[in-house]
Amino acid sequence: MQLTVEFGGGLELLCNSVKIHNINIETPKGAQQLAMRDLLVWVQNNLIKERPEMFIKGDTVRPGVLVLVNDCDWELSGQLDTTLEEKDVVVFISTLHGG
Amino acid sequence: MDSGGADAARILSEIKGLKATKSDIEAKISALEAQLKDLNCRNDAVSSNGSCPLATSLDSGLGHGLSPEMIHRYSRQLLLPSFGVQAQSNLLKSSILVVGAGGLGSPALLYLAACGVGRLGIVDNDEVELNNMHRQIIHTEAYIGRLKVESAAAACRAINSTVQIVEHKEALRTSNALEILSKYDVVVDATDNAPGRYMISDCCVVLGKPLVSGAALGLEGQLSVYNYNGGPCYRCLFPTPPPTTACQRCSDSGVLGVVPGIIGCLQALEAIKIASAVGEPLVGRMLLFDALSGRIRIVKIRGRSLHCEVCGENATFTRQQFQEFDYEKFTQSPLSASAPPKLNLLSGDSRISSKDYNERLKNGEVHILVDVRPEHHFRIVSLPNSLNIPLSTLEKRLAEISSALREAEGQRDASLYVICRRGNDSQRAVNYLHDIGFTSAKDIIGGLESWARDVDPSFPTY
Ligand SMILES: [Zn+2]
Repeated sequence: MQLTVEFGGGLELLCNSVKIHNINIETPKGAQQLAMRDLLVWVQNNLIKERPEMFIKGDTVRPGVLVLVNDCDWELSGQLDTTLEEKDVVVFISTLHGG
Repeated sequence: MDSGGADAARILSEIKGLKATKSDIEAKISALEAQLKDLNCRNDAVSSNGSCPLATSLDSGLGHGLSPEMIHRYSRQLLLPSFGVQAQSNLLKSSILVVGAGGLGSPALLYLAACGVGRLGIVDNDEVELNNMHRQIIHTEAYIGRLKVESAAAACRAINSTVQIVEHKEALRTSNALEILSKYDVVVDATDNAPGRYMISDCCVVLGKPLVSGAALGLEGQLSVYNYNGGPCYRCLFPTPPPTTACQRCSDSGVLGVVPGIIGCLQALEAIKIASAVGEPLVGRMLLFDALSGRIRIVKIRGRSLHCEVCGENATFTRQQFQEFDYEKFTQSPLSASAPPKLNLLSGDSRISSKDYNERLKNGEVHILVDVRPEHHFRIVSLPNSLNIPLSTLEKRLAEISSALREAEGQRDASLYVICRRGNDSQRAVNYLHDIGFTSAKDIIGGLESWARDVDPSFPTY
């Protein structure tokens, strides 16, 4: 399945400063669909190059990271249970505090 | 030539003196104007929301309360069918508080003053610095060293003397926030730190005020409206504060001046929309701005959370709880974005002051100086003959230190000094070097900042 994964708000620094990643990911064996839970593991193993604790805490993203699936807060689609479809765009963005 | 130089210096200092006098006089004039307005205001009926109706009290007999001068001043807004007299009249009766007169607050305040908000409050306790000027465009060079609130207020008054400008020359704290925020209809968060953002949002929930929240760092910005029309509060979105390592400061990470400028303008726009009751405020949505790629994305965010500890169904967050809440402890970071606290990781004999280092340098001591700042910092300015090995790469590049020492003079005999910007990373580096066997490594206390302060005042600081 082809997905676009984007990082912002400084999270791109964890993946060699690359913001946009076009990825190919397989649905886990035995599963009907790919869920955000699976994508998080994949991203952590394949895209995050340093300081993984700045991205993940426990089995989800660390506090202060907004997750958007097709420009919509993943809270509205079931968080880790959100299922993904071909060509979906997933954005991980760290909240900013500066001014 | 010499006398020419002296003449120029004399003229410059005379100009400086006159400018200072001029701005003092201007400040006095605007203070007197404000007093006069208050007097006129008190003599007339007090408006329903307690704010001064200003020149509307001149009653033009036109039914909408706008004086002939106001009609002329705001004519281009009055001509807008979707804004018009009603929205302008709402705006003139409204009051808006801007917390922070920095990169976001600068353009926000300028536009809010210009567009005709009735009363405009400014909260800040910082002073104007040279390294603010590239983004905090409300301030001018003449105000360097003076309070940002005074500078911003003077600029606002210069643009629109009919707006009542209120100066709050203090840091916003839980002890004064309720009192200050309660006097305004709309709050604009233009601060620069995490605890401030939680504190302002909680205070807005307690008082039932709409909050226009903006943030910018590097080349990105974010914007949303909280606690309005059933939308979420800041805590609904971020119930748990981020780790302190995720809270970058403009003074460490940098920021392109125009980026907070754009977000600040958008904050002014959202505040104007709320105060004048036009359009669709950015509620339940967040605007994400990426300057480098030229992208603006507006995303849908969650609504008010039923479980929110502050605004949720069963939340009982009272004024008293707000006043007793420790926001610095909650977020593990200070309520101002000033320099990080000084670490003290090493014993005294593993440290050396910049002055002592300079003495040893002058005495020709054979040594290696390792600068552990990131490479892009090193490129801004560095001490001669220093070796740049960023802290993050130190582990991999120990061989370079060993060979430099060997080259300098028989292994481990040459001394090894470590420097950074402020003297924290250098201590971390020395700690690591000690562990790995470079037991003679010493850090230069206070880093390049102390070098510039105590040894070479002409050395650039950033
Ligand atoms: Zn809430």
